[in-house]
Order: sequence, then structure tokens, then C-alpha cells
Amino acid sequence: MQFGLNESQEILKDSARSFFSGECPISEVRRLMDTDTAYDAALWRKLADQGYTGIIFPEEYGGVGLGKVELILLMEEAGRALLPGPFFSTVVLSGSVIDAVGTVEQKKKYLAPICRGEARATVAILEALASWDLRNIQMAVVNGKLSGEKLFVPDAAVADWILVLARNGVFLVEAKSPGVKMFPMSGMDLTRKLYSVHFHGAPAEKLGDLSGLIMPIDVATTALVAEMVGGMQRTLDMTVEYAKTRKQFGKTIGSFQAVQHQCADMYLETESSRSAAYYAAWALQENVPDASAAVSIAKIYASDAGRTVGNRGIQIHGGMGFTWENDLHLYYRRAKASETAFGDAAFHRERLAQLVIDAPSIAGVSA
Amino acid sequence: MDLNFSPEELAFRDQLRAWLQANVPKDWSEWREKPLDESFPYRRAWQRKLYEAGWAAVSWPKEYGGRSATLMQQAIFWEEMARVEAPPMANALGLGLIGPTIIALGTDAQKKRFIPKILSAEEIWCQGFSEPNAGSDLASLQTEARLDGDHYVVNGQKVWTSYGWVGDWCELVVRTDPDVPKHKGLTVLLVDMKAPGVEVRPLRQMTGESEFTELFFRDVRVPVENVLGKVSDGWNVAVSTLMYERGSYGARLHLIFKRNISRLIQLARTIPRNGGTAAEDPLIRQKLAQCAAEIEIMRLNQLRAFSRITATGVPGPEGSIQKIFWSELNQRVQQLAQEILGPYGQLLGTDSLAVDKGLWSYGYLRARGNTIEAGTSEVQRNIIGHFVLGLPRSY
Repeated sequence: MQFGLNESQEILKDSARSFFSGECPISEVRRLMDTDTAYDAALWRKLADQGYTGIIFPEEYGGVGLGKVELILLMEEAGRALLPGPFFSTVVLSGSVIDAVGTVEQKKKYLAPICRGEARATVAILEALASWDLRNIQMAVVNGKLSGEKLFVPDAAVADWILVLARNGVFLVEAKSPGVKMFPMSGMDLTRKLYSVHFHGAPAEKLGDLSGLIMPIDVATTALVAEMVGGMQRTLDMTVEYAKTRKQFGKTIGSFQAVQHQCADMYLETESSRSAAYYAAWALQENVPDASAAVSIAKIYASDAGRTVGNRGIQIHGGMGFTWENDLHLYYRRAKASETAFGDAAFHRERLAQLVIDAPSIAGVSA
Repeated sequence: MDLNFSPEELAFRDQLRAWLQANVPKDWSEWREKPLDESFPYRRAWQRKLYEAGWAAVSWPKEYGGRSATLMQQAIFWEEMARVEAPPMANALGLGLIGPTIIALGTDAQKKRFIPKILSAEEIWCQGFSEPNAGSDLASLQTEARLDGDHYVVNGQKVWTSYGWVGDWCELVVRTDPDVPKHKGLTVLLVDMKAPGVEVRPLRQMTGESEFTELFFRDVRVPVENVLGKVSDGWNVAVSTLMYERGSYGARLHLIFKRNISRLIQLARTIPRNGGTAAEDPLIRQKLAQCAAEIEIMRLNQLRAFSRITATGVPGPEGSIQKIFWSELNQRVQQLAQEILGPYGQLLGTDSLAVDKGLWSYGYLRARGNTIEAGTSEVQRNIIGHFVLGLPRSY
């Protein structure tokens, strides 16, 4: 048993870190967050050239064929860099959904262009109820046509395809089709744009059933947690650096225990989130029976830790941390958006409760 | 990353599992809740049995009677022991902390004299570190040892000594040089608890029992050959003992916590609440799930730390994360038990209506000490701040 990264995983993580620090420095993040879509075609091309857009998908569709652990290492570094735009919605989310429920023909048609970096997609899940419980979905496709409204759809304006979760299945809709209208929603996270998408008899192609979504949504949730870990790590690093240099009362503030102990807690929360994310990714990769429990455990812990780490980081920065020019709030905003995405801590605690309290034989957690 | 057991790990587990199946005592549950002094001979006999089969100290090198087990195999050992609800061994400090320190730093004569009897539980060890005025600031301790010919003469007082009431030998930190800075004047002595001038008094703790003792030393003579490590290097000897303490403890605790949460879930299914059961109450469900999640993360943190130590060869300050994590988590679990049990939660084991023979009222009180013993949470956060994050010393 070995719960550390192997050599090729270390290399992948290191090269992702240097790629993002070179191609997506925080100045670029700030430039893109002020645009309508936070999307940059040149950056997207570079992501594709690295193979990142096809990282976990089969080679027959132009992917790189790496595993879930490799995916989350990439996402951790993307989160550290606060990568803006549709990488998560296109590759992690849409790619996983198509790969899980699409036919071979559909994968050739839709997954392959995503792998090649030639197309983007998003997944429309929430409706007015804003429930992550898929049983609450109201929309349905009738006679191949889709009507209704989806909310909180990430990056819809730069998507070629919108994968819509409907009561009777997962459907693909051409984003540019005349029956589709989209309106920006003003979310807290400036680097990842949200839309309400209205469908008026839009032609919809069925990809598969909702029952096939457990795995891709678990993968996306775990990747999101890994991205949150990267954000926590960056917040911790900035805060420790600040505590080492900022002086008050003639001393660096990092020498005060009230400050130091908050940093220690940030470290504990970041490392614990990382342990949970890595294990969840491995469990999904190996298809172990408690994989879904592991995903919920990771999302429970990181949803709260991401927020807490941000709170502590800004608190230690004092007034400086509350300014627009300091980068901490950009991470703080992302952390809040990620906290609610795919279910917050309370949502996943209930999901875990169903596994360990109501059906303890399913989960290894309490056995 | 590969979290599957290797063939060697599987073989180790299967061999242990087979041995345990044939040898683990079946009647431990009748002894578990009895006072420690009553159950101690039972635990001593169990350790003797493990020792005879070579299972008493799997982490120790083979030449000292161990199995040179990897950290993962050690984790497997404790998991299997917990699975069959094996009794704890008698000489916990000797096996876990003091034996490894003697193996690492002792003379050949010391190893020959002490190691076999630690393993066989013939001699029980205790640890004389804390003093009334030296707790977190251990290096300020005052117990003095003056050289007189080929003996040290020891005078002073120790407190919070686990196993002091049954200890045959003590790993004692003393001040041998009062004229140098506090960390530099310390030495570790191996002291015979039956020597004239050693007095042991029980220290009654808030749970009502006396797990710990106070030790008094009046002109106790200790031969110079019982210095462990070098004279005046006692701080480093003591720190290496504490590293073993923080490193190995968490692995065993995880399984106890897992058993506790499983039992709590079982109880919650039977306890009525708001017209249903406690297990149906959304608030209780949330809290049970939170505790279950953190218990699992405690295991994962431990495994990651083991892999890191295996890769780098050095036990580092990651033990401090584990110490903070388990101690604060256990307090939350015990509080949750109280919320689930309601008024019954307070009943002591002596009350006929007590749930699980008073396990939860005891657990609640005992957990209060968790964030203090073995290095307070404040000291652990100092260690992370300074040694992991590189912040300036705060004291």
C-alpha cells in the first residue's frame, strides 16, 4: 500500500504547476474575469496542446487515457492558479458525462472534438428548485423537443453543446440552435460565469439515462474538491508568507500564537481535504464499493474547510485582505461557489447518512 | 498511489489473522470495564502470549524480538487486533515508546538487560517526564540528578505518570547541569522504581479513577550505566520518545473511534426522538455523518503520513496533525453521544440504567483530557506553525 504519488504523477503535477504559472498567472485571471465569458481561445489551445482536454478519456477518442488520480492532480494545480473559463464544465463534467452514457457514435461525434480542444460543452442540471437531488428535475423531453428553464449553468455562452439533465434522460442540445436563449447570472465567482438557459422546443438528442450519471457526477465532484484543495493551498501559502513579513508591535505577526495557530489550522484543513480528495479519486478509479461514500466524505470536509481556510486567510491579512487588489477574495469567491456546487456539506452529510445509517452494509465507513 | 495491499502485506495480515483466531481470549468483554489494577494481570498474560508467538512488538527490529514490520504492516497489526477486539497489552509504554528509544539510543548492555523483559511484560515501564511546574514547557523541569561517584543522586517530583502504580522501571528526564540553558542540561536515566527513596502516589483524575500517578524521588541512587543516550543530551532523547508517541497512537485510535460511531448509529436507531428514532432526526443524521466522515479522514491522513515517512525515512511533525485531529474529533463524538442519549448519557457505570455500562459518561469525561495529554493542542499548533510552516517561534 502506498498513499503517495508515484514518479509520473509527481511529474504531471509539477509540469501542470509550471504550465499554469506561465500561461495563467493571476494577472491573466484578473483580465479574463473582467470579460463576459472568462474564456480565452489562445489559452484553450494551449490546454489542448498539453493534452489536458483529453486527460482521462480513452485514446480511441483522442484522449490521453490517464486515471482519476492524474485528473485530480491537474485540477489541484488548476485550482491553485484559479484557472478561469470552461475547463471544468467542458472536460471534467461534460466529457465525463458523454464518456459514461454516450454511444460509440456519440463519443466520436462529441467527445473526440472536446479531447482535441475543438469544442466546448456544459451540463445543465439545476432548475428553479436549485436541488442537487436529480429526483427533483422537472424538465422532460417530449417528441425529441426540450422546453423549460435551467439555472446556474456554467460557461453556457462559450459552449457548443449543452447536456441537459431531464426527467427522462440526458440529452444533448446544440447551444446555437434557435430554440435556445441564454442570460447571464451574476455569480460571486467572477472567473466562472453562470447562465440561465431557456429552451423553447429545442431539438434534443438522447445520450443516455440519468441512472448512468452517478459515476461521472462523482468524478466531477471529486475533481472539484481537488480544485478546492489547490485554492486552499494557495490561500495558505499567501497567508504564511504575509505572516512572515508583516510587522506590528515590532514583531512579525506570524510570531503571535493567535496568528500562528490559525495558520496551523489552515494547514490541517488543507491537508485533510487533500487526503480525502486523493482517496476518493483512487476509490473511483479502482471502483471500490465505498467510492460514493468517499466522494461525499471529501465534499463534506472540503466544502467547510474551503470556506474556513479562506476566512482565516483574510482575517490574518487584516485590512489588506479586504481590499479588491489583494487576490485572496478571488479564491474566497471561488470557494463559496464550489462549496454549493454538486451539493454542499449538509447535502453530502445526508447522502453519507443514507449510506452509513440507513444501509450500513453498502459503506465501509461504519462497518 | 496504490492503496491495495501488496502481496507481502496480505501475507502478513493472513498470518496474523490466523494466529489471532486461534489465540485471542474470548472473555475480554467481561474484563474490559473493570478497574485497571484488577484487569492488569489479564493484560500481562495476553502480552506474554503475543510475545511467545513473536507478535508483541511487530515494529521492532527482528534482532530485538520484533518483526521489522513496515508502517503499513503496523497499521494492519492494529487493525486486526481491533477487528477481533483483542485486549490491550500490559506494557504499552515499554513497547510503544521506551523500548524503541532504548533500541535506538541505548548501550548494548542496556538493550540486553531491558529489552527482553519489556517484550515479555515481566517488567512494566513508566515515563517520568512532566512535573508540576514543567508541562508544555518540559525543558524547564527541575528534578535534579547530582553525580556522586559512579551514581547519580536524584531528587524531585514527577506528575501525570501513566502506569506509575505498576511500573518496575521508569524513563526519567532529570537536570544534570543547572548552569547551562534549559534544553542543554537534561539527561535521561533508567530508574528502578523499587530503589529506596522512590515514592508513588495515585493521582485521581476527573473521571474518578487513577490512571496516572505522582512520583517522588528522595536521594534515589541511580548507577551511571543507566544513563540513556549521552549525558546532557536528554532533550533529544526525550523528543525522540515523544515522536514515537505521536506517531503510532493515531493508528490504533481510529479503530476505537470506528467502533464508537458504529455503536452510536446502532443506539440512534433504537432511541425515540420527535416521533421517530434519533437515526431519523435530520440534525442527528448530520452530526453522525460529520463524525463518520472525519473518522475516515483521520485514517486517510494517517496512511498518507505513513507513506511520506516510508518515502523520506524520517518521522516528522505530521504526528502533530494527527494529535490535534483525533483529540478534537473524539470530544465531538462524545458530545454527540450525549446528545443522542439525552438524560441517560450522564449515568455512570454504577447505575443500573446506564447505557453500555457507563461507557459514554466515562468517554465524555475522559475525552476532556485528550486535548491536553501527550502535548496540548496549543503545543501541537506551535509545532506545526514553527516546524512545518516555518513561522517564527512564538515562545
